[in-house]
Amino acid sequence: MDAFNLVPWIILFPVIGLVLNAAIGRRIGERGSALIAIAASAGSLVISVMQYLALSAHPEGAVVYLADWIGIGALNVPWAFRVDTLSVTMMLVVSGVGTLIHIYAAGYMHFDVRYKEDPGSYARFFVYLNLFIAAMMILVSGDSYLTLFVGWEGVGLCSYLLIGFWYQRNPDGNKGIMNSLAAKKAMLVNRIGDFGFLLAVFMIFWAFGSLNFDEVLPHAETVAPWVIMFITLAMLLGVTGKSAQLPLYVWLPDAMAGPTPVSALIHAATMVTAGVYLVARSAPLFAAVPAAQTTVAFVGALTAFFAATIAVGQYDIKKVLAYSTISQLGFMVAAVGMGAFVAGMFHLVTHAFFKALLFLGSGSVILALERAHHVQETLSNPKHKKKGHTHFDPQDMRVMGGLRKPIRLTFWVYTIGALGLAGIPPLAGFFSKDEILADAWIENPLVFLLLIAAAFLTAFYVGRQLLLVFFGSPRSQPADKAVESPAIITIPLIALAALVVIGGLINLPGWHPFTNWLAHTLGEELAEPTEFNFFVALLATVFALIAFYLAWIFYGRTPLAEKQVDPLKQRLGRVFTGMENKWWVDEFYAWLIVRPYKRFAGFLADTIDWKFLHDWVHDSAVVNTFRWFARFLANPVDLGVIDGIANGLAKSATGLARGLSFFQTGFVRNYALVTFLGVVIMLGYLVFSS
Amino acid sequence: MVPVSYYFALSAILFALGALGVLIRRNAIIIFMSVELMLNAANLLFVAFARMYEALQGQIYVFFVIAVAAAEVAVGLAIIVAIFRTKKSIDIDEMSSLKG
Amino acid sequence: MSIDLLLFFVLATVAVIAALGMLFSRNAVYSALFLILNFATVAVFFLLLGAPFIAMAQVTVYAGAIMVLFLFVIMLLGAERVEGRHRGGWQRPVAVLLTIVLLVESGYLIFVRSDLVGAVAPVASNYASPEAIGELLFSDYLLPFEITSVLLLAAMVGVIVLTKEEKLLREHTDVMENGKEEARSPQGAGGK
Repeated sequence: MDAFNLVPWIILFPVIGLVLNAAIGRRIGERGSALIAIAASAGSLVISVMQYLALSAHPEGAVVYLADWIGIGALNVPWAFRVDTLSVTMMLVVSGVGTLIHIYAAGYMHFDVRYKEDPGSYARFFVYLNLFIAAMMILVSGDSYLTLFVGWEGVGLCSYLLIGFWYQRNPDGNKGIMNSLAAKKAMLVNRIGDFGFLLAVFMIFWAFGSLNFDEVLPHAETVAPWVIMFITLAMLLGVTGKSAQLPLYVWLPDAMAGPTPVSALIHAATMVTAGVYLVARSAPLFAAVPAAQTTVAFVGALTAFFAATIAVGQYDIKKVLAYSTISQLGFMVAAVGMGAFVAGMFHLVTHAFFKALLFLGSGSVILALERAHHVQETLSNPKHKKKGHTHFDPQDMRVMGGLRKPIRLTFWVYTIGALGLAGIPPLAGFFSKDEILADAWIENPLVFLLLIAAAFLTAFYVGRQLLLVFFGSPRSQPADKAVESPAIITIPLIALAALVVIGGLINLPGWHPFTNWLAHTLGEELAEPTEFNFFVALLATVFALIAFYLAWIFYGRTPLAEKQVDPLKQRLGRVFTGMENKWWVDEFYAWLIVRPYKRFAGFLADTIDWKFLHDWVHDSAVVNTFRWFARFLANPVDLGVIDGIANGLAKSATGLARGLSFFQTGFVRNYALVTFLGVVIMLGYLVFSS
Repeated sequence: MVPVSYYFALSAILFALGALGVLIRRNAIIIFMSVELMLNAANLLFVAFARMYEALQGQIYVFFVIAVAAAEVAVGLAIIVAIFRTKKSIDIDEMSSLKG
Repeated sequence: MSIDLLLFFVLATVAVIAALGMLFSRNAVYSALFLILNFATVAVFFLLLGAPFIAMAQVTVYAGAIMVLFLFVIMLLGAERVEGRHRGGWQRPVAVLLTIVLLVESGYLIFVRSDLVGAVAPVASNYASPEAIGELLFSDYLLPFEITSVLLLAAMVGVIVLTKEEKLLREHTDVMENGKEEARSPQGAGGK
């Protein structure tokens, strides 16, 4: 029981880490900053493990109360931590993968801050990273919708800060404004989702009278169905924002502007899964309204398919992974939409492993290329080091090729991750994806169709990526001269690869440890173990292999030469162009929403605010009235009356003085006469009056 | 015996004449002499009263008046001399610099 | 009519005439001399009133010292010259009027409102002798006596300061006048 009380430390360790890094990070050098951050994250991991162990003994979990927060009328929201199997699962994923990524980032950022020529930002990065861990922990450990929302907003903020990390001028000509715009886009799009989430929170309070999970979820049946429908659909809007589903996914590809560890941690493993966690947490609510569930499932399935098509046509290594993330999130959302909460959570965990591995691996590839490019630059013009680099995009797959020879280790771990993503047995991805497909086969055939098609495309673009990057011959100088990354980067990769290999054991069919684990929180009804469907598994594996073969035909048999157009383009023509341009969704949004909004804002600002309020109301009406009044006070009142009084007094004084000065003749005799007159008068008075 | 009131009357007449002199004459020295006449009249009055009440204090006062008068005359004449050096005249009508 | 009364009236007439003479005399020296005569008669009055010491003091200090000082200054300033016509016409009648009013008031006071008609009792011969005066002077009135000496000292110092010639800025060389030195003294020191 005591271990449960330690749960606030999962937040406190990262907070202490970030405060220390913010205060003295610059002074203690890179080693010190990294050490503090990694230690904080590791501390969080240790506490999470302790919670796991404690939960194994007491599976029902606990609510650890910290302090009172809001107590207004009927609304009573305390700072409380909920330690149950669902939240601890998330805690383990976040802190585990997070710590590995912290270690990776310690090495990666060392090079990156030098390429961006801003070594002072090293500490700042780790401040933000620890802040993210803290916020994410608040999200998953909260005991009420409001504390969850606090974490929700917190991770949104960290996403903004980290995407736009290189907001200042970069030496390769990028003015950094693109990074800021990407960060702004992420924030704004997420805002729309948050709006939906907030509506759901308000409705929950109105319907249930409380925001705590314990008081809302068990009573899901007692509230009118249309209310639950509204709540769940509004929540779905939040999920589409945070977990990058249709229609609010557009921020995730742009978010790749941030450093690669950020993409790995936030936009693959943890933050984007917050939506899935939310749905899993609110399982009773979704289960109460089957129509909402269907909606969620279709949103997820459509997103999975749609994003997979875009991933096929991308050239940037990270963009492929970004759309892949969106697609896999679609899998998860479809799973929880169909009521397969365990399957969704299982895929969340395995996806965290292989997606983080893939992102970090791509980071290693990019780093290798950049280093080679940097060496090439200094060798070719050693004296003009400051002149700026020639344009070279280390993230473009078209300048890579044949990298399996120079960077062997990265190649192997990347391949493991890629195969896991494609769902090849016996890697972890196979088991989780298969469980979802098996559930879809039973629940909703249309969803199954979309998901299997997405799985096919997944395997295809994974193969395409592997072949373009690692096979064939180098298509540029830096690709030829690439060097393997140092141990601090490759060791986390190896660890993640190991997790991908053995991750399937988490919920092995027939044994179902994870299902049993989550059943303690979700209840037996919602956490039914899925029967292993051999047919579906076989079908999925065969599709994946066919997709690999197709990829080999296009990209492996005749490897892509330098500056050659993508061979798929000739085959699919216009369709491929659509895939390349992400189906022009961003342009569509700009035409539909952004431009009219900007025009409206401009109208409000210029016409109404400036011309009307400022020019007319303020300048003409108010100022003139004021001036008239001031002039009135100044001229008639001040000059006329008050000055008149003052001047009048002075004039009368001078007049009196002038009159009296008549007496001052200067003649002594006059003075004597007057004195004598006075004497006589006085004497007369004294004499004749007594 | 002479009634004391006759002395009072004489003193009054002399005082009035002195005052008239101050007011009428333009010569500064004559005016000064009229002032001395007035002082003298006052002395006479003092002595008459001293005699009437048989109190010697009256005569003591006269003694002091005479001493002060002497000092006053000295200073006043010194002033007149100083003014004469500047104005070259002792006509008091010409000393109207304090005219407002 | 006793001899005292007769003597009084004669002396009174002389005193008044002397005063009038001082007042209306054109020559300042004549005025001074008339005043001396007046003082002398007043001294006699003092004697009649039984104040011998005061009478002697009057003669020596007033008539002897003060009037002599007056005469010195009159001679010094050349003030015996005849003055011009009177200016400020309205003053003389008003002054005369006021004087008459004063006299009337005084008369009223003395004769109508008082009960002092009658003779006075004779007094002892050493009533106001110098010894008696001196006794009083050096006992009850010692302080005024001493202060009077300081007063006289102050008067002396004042007179000397007032009549001192100013000697400022004596040497002011004017080189434009071919080396001729022109002594310039400030105004107000009299030409010398």
